Amino acid sequence: MEEKTAEIKQGARLVVASSPHMRSVDSVPGIMHTVVMALFPVVAASVYYFGLRALLIIVVAVVSCLVTEYAVQKIRNKPVTIHDGSAIITGMLIGLMLPAGFPLFGVFLGSFFAIAVGKQLFGGLGFNIFNPALLGRAFMQATYPVLITTWVSPRTVQKAVDAVSAATPLALWKFEAKATLLSDLFFGNVAGSLGETSVIAILIGGLYLRWKGYVNWKLPLGYLGSMAVVSGIFWLYDPLRFASPLFHLCAGGAMLGAWFMVTDMVTSPTTPLGQWIFAIGGGVLAIIIRLFGGLPEGVMYSILFMNAFVPLINKHTRPKVFGEGVKE
Amino acid sequence: MGLKTFERGIHPSYYKELTASMRVEKGLHPKTVIIPLGQHAGTPCEPLVKKGDIVEEGQKIGDVKAFVSAPVHASISGKVKDVDFYQTPVGMKALSVVIEGDSSVKEWTGTADLAALSPEAIREAVREAGIVGMGGAAFPTSVKLAPPKGRAIDTVLLNGCECEPFLSSDHRVMAEEPDKVIWGLRALMKAVGAQNGIVGVEDNKPDALEAVKRAAGADSAIKICVLETKYPQGAEKMLIKAALGRKVPLGKLPLDAGVVVNNVGTAVAVFEALNYKKPLIERVVTVSGDGIMEPKNLKVRLGVTFEEVIAQCGGLKDASKEVEVLNGGPMMGIAQTTIAVPVVKGTSGITVLSQDAAAALKYNPCIRCARCVEACPMGLMPYKLGDQGRTGMINEFKEWGGFACIECGCCSYVCPARRPLVQWIRVGKAKSRREEKLAVKAG
Repeated sequence: MEEKTAEIKQGARLVVASSPHMRSVDSVPGIMHTVVMALFPVVAASVYYFGLRALLIIVVAVVSCLVTEYAVQKIRNKPVTIHDGSAIITGMLIGLMLPAGFPLFGVFLGSFFAIAVGKQLFGGLGFNIFNPALLGRAFMQATYPVLITTWVSPRTVQKAVDAVSAATPLALWKFEAKATLLSDLFFGNVAGSLGETSVIAILIGGLYLRWKGYVNWKLPLGYLGSMAVVSGIFWLYDPLRFASPLFHLCAGGAMLGAWFMVTDMVTSPTTPLGQWIFAIGGGVLAIIIRLFGGLPEGVMYSILFMNAFVPLINKHTRPKVFGEGVKE
Repeated sequence: MGLKTFERGIHPSYYKELTASMRVEKGLHPKTVIIPLGQHAGTPCEPLVKKGDIVEEGQKIGDVKAFVSAPVHASISGKVKDVDFYQTPVGMKALSVVIEGDSSVKEWTGTADLAALSPEAIREAVREAGIVGMGGAAFPTSVKLAPPKGRAIDTVLLNGCECEPFLSSDHRVMAEEPDKVIWGLRALMKAVGAQNGIVGVEDNKPDALEAVKRAAGADSAIKICVLETKYPQGAEKMLIKAALGRKVPLGKLPLDAGVVVNNVGTAVAVFEALNYKKPLIERVVTVSGDGIMEPKNLKVRLGVTFEEVIAQCGGLKDASKEVEVLNGGPMMGIAQTTIAVPVVKGTSGITVLSQDAAAALKYNPCIRCARCVEACPMGLMPYKLGDQGRTGMINEFKEWGGFACIECGCCSYVCPARRPLVQWIRVGKAKSRREEKLAVKAG
């Protein structure tokens, strides 16, 4: 026996871990920071159209999210995880969903609610049922119903006092039956939330994420596709009364929602079939709210509504185990 | 593109270039060997020798009367120094025979006429030679060759995928001994009465593909099947799906799909057992990894210690660094607690990886990115199973198909939160089994 133990001692320092002993290079912070990068074109577009005020709102939202996450984790005596990038994303998305004239204290309140209630109350990253940014936006919608729908025209907010208030393309269409130029919608030269107006900026970021492999293509495709199909049916039925599918895809929060919120990993289903159900369900809902609801925009509620069903969807769309149901 | 394969799976970095083109070298003749009596799946053997006995190379030193078992043989001539429990590379201690060798080496030659051999004779010879699956699982080959009555086997599928990163032993066997591979395949086909033989090889081994193709010649019964390079292509069920398009029913064996799967190395062992009357006493082992000085493919005697084999490959790059020494490759290999363990029948490789012990234990919360679901070749939801296993939700674990997991490691590999999913699934299986046992006792 002595000999055996001697042999063991000769060995180098051995690490003993469970297989597999090789890991892919992807990490949670890596994914989150890539999403932050993907949001930069959107931030740039928001600053271009709504001035430095846009940047200020986004920065306040991000800082508020980080501070809230830090404070809650300190109070709960949990490890601080503000470096993982997820709170930055929540902050950026909150900022990008607000109008340029929104009060900064309100930005802080919404961010606080998103992180404290929407995320940390559920147990932190990975445990939240609802998209925290959307929950924060819903909270602000309830708290500041007027201010959150007070839009300004693009390229007029060099000084806050000069800002020209205006209606969004969706509101123009819904309440005044006015159309907006598609090219303006595409580039973002319309009134609206900071980061929702420029379709091209969102597409650049979204396609970058897709290229990096961090977006499941089923989600944006299912969401935007079903929006197009449902709005298309109504448009074909009565093109004078209903807006075209292209308008619906380019207006409001559709693009930002489809590429950056429907695709949120934590709050979307994990099964292939479930992802289709979630995305298509959300898209249909968004159009129904837009066409028949009291609000001009339905993206936020459509996603939050579908978020609630994710555990149920996952449970009932479990993929077939290999060889299940195969006859001998 | 368009190559045959299975659904899902992963594309890890393979690092095959370290050894893929290196000819198999003969390992140094060991002075001492440790031969575990249980180095196969099934009942361990009982020793047929005792301390002080003189044994000859190839002499049977352990056997047992059990269906699922395979005898073991002395890999060198010499004197039995000890019969005691020794650490094996598959995790537990096992009763082992330690032989101190003299320098004599036996020559194994001969020829056999396959046409003159009956299926029973082939099966018997395979059992007597102690042949087991050499891809790693070490399941006794003779058992695979004796399907239950009424179960028709139409195809013998040789597994030359070698989808584990770093490993190249199967690759070299096919490239250097293709005639033995094909002869062995024909013998296996005859033993089970199969009309078709297929060799499945991934497309990252073009020279091996060429070699086995040439060896098979114009024989219409044997097909060489080129497969996409993807992990775990070499898992039995995945290989059957890829090569034949058949799905093994859940919870069943390949023979339930009319197929017997064997490793290419096993086919060579069958050739040598029938022609040379040589039992399984040596095998090709790939020694590789970023922690090894000179990666090599070595043909070594069974029972030689990892330590000696590593020494023949220039030793460790940096002995002061923490390394992981694996029996097998990085995806499914078993980490060793000591390098005094012997090479066994299932040791397809010794992989030495530099590793950070502290980092290996860290993991983050699941962000439900679904990468594990997209990777799992068995169509499971590993993140769920992992949590169910970890927290002991036995009923849910079984309901969600936990026992179908083949522990290939794809889920843990792709997990950006570095959660040890396979480990937790193993825990789930163990907890379920324990629960069942208790239920039976209480029953």
